Amino acid sequence: MHSETATLFRKLVPRDWHGPDKQPLCTGFDIVQISRISASVDCFGKAFTHRLYTLRELTQVTHAHALNLGSLAARFAAKEAVIKALALSEAGISWRDIEVVKLPDGHCELQLHGRVAARAHQAGCRQWQLSLSHEGDYAGAVVMALRS
Amino acid sequence: MPQDKLKIRSVLRDHGRLNQDISLITDDADLYKSGMTSHASVNVMLALEGQFDIEFPDHFLKRSIFSSIDSIHRAVNELHASH
Repeated sequence: MHSETATLFRKLVPRDWHGPDKQPLCTGFDIVQISRISASVDCFGKAFTHRLYTLRELTQVTHAHALNLGSLAARFAAKEAVIKALALSEAGISWRDIEVVKLPDGHCELQLHGRVAARAHQAGCRQWQLSLSHEGDYAGAVVMALRS
Repeated sequence: MPQDKLKIRSVLRDHGRLNQDISLITDDADLYKSGMTSHASVNVMLALEGQFDIEFPDHFLKRSIFSSIDSIHRAVNELHASH
């Protein structure tokens, strides 16, 4: 399902999509199985969570001293989506430099730091938009940015 | 076969989510073509850190480093040497 869904998204939202003012869009998508993220947490514990997520992210997905695994998986998908959008798979970046922050109104936004922010700036990507979802055993994320 | 490569194969068998038996995969074969996902490569990295008592710095976190047994072996050796 993972690769089929990703392929479908690529067909629906090609890399050269344009915004309303004909500005090119930078897009990324990823989907993960929540049970596999849960297995990573069980197997590696803090080595996994603290390597991939900021303390703020972990705080925001912790309720009653337990991690919300669907939210954690959706954030993993968001980080992978940004890596795809900016073609960072060979950049050697920290996952924590891609942060999903939950705002007081409940919406989530992307905050990029360090070398990821620098690469986004170099690529001319700005005004990032983020959409997260999880249902059943799957969590996904779509990211988009205007490219100037 | 060097002991380190046997350990790497063991980690890949347990965490790589490969779609074929690790014994059938050559040292230079593309692990992503054998089904390893980016999430599985994170698990492989963390398991390697435990197995070899090393830490992959951020600039080592590249798709190509985890793309084959040979490339992982080179990275582990480099991190051992600088440990």
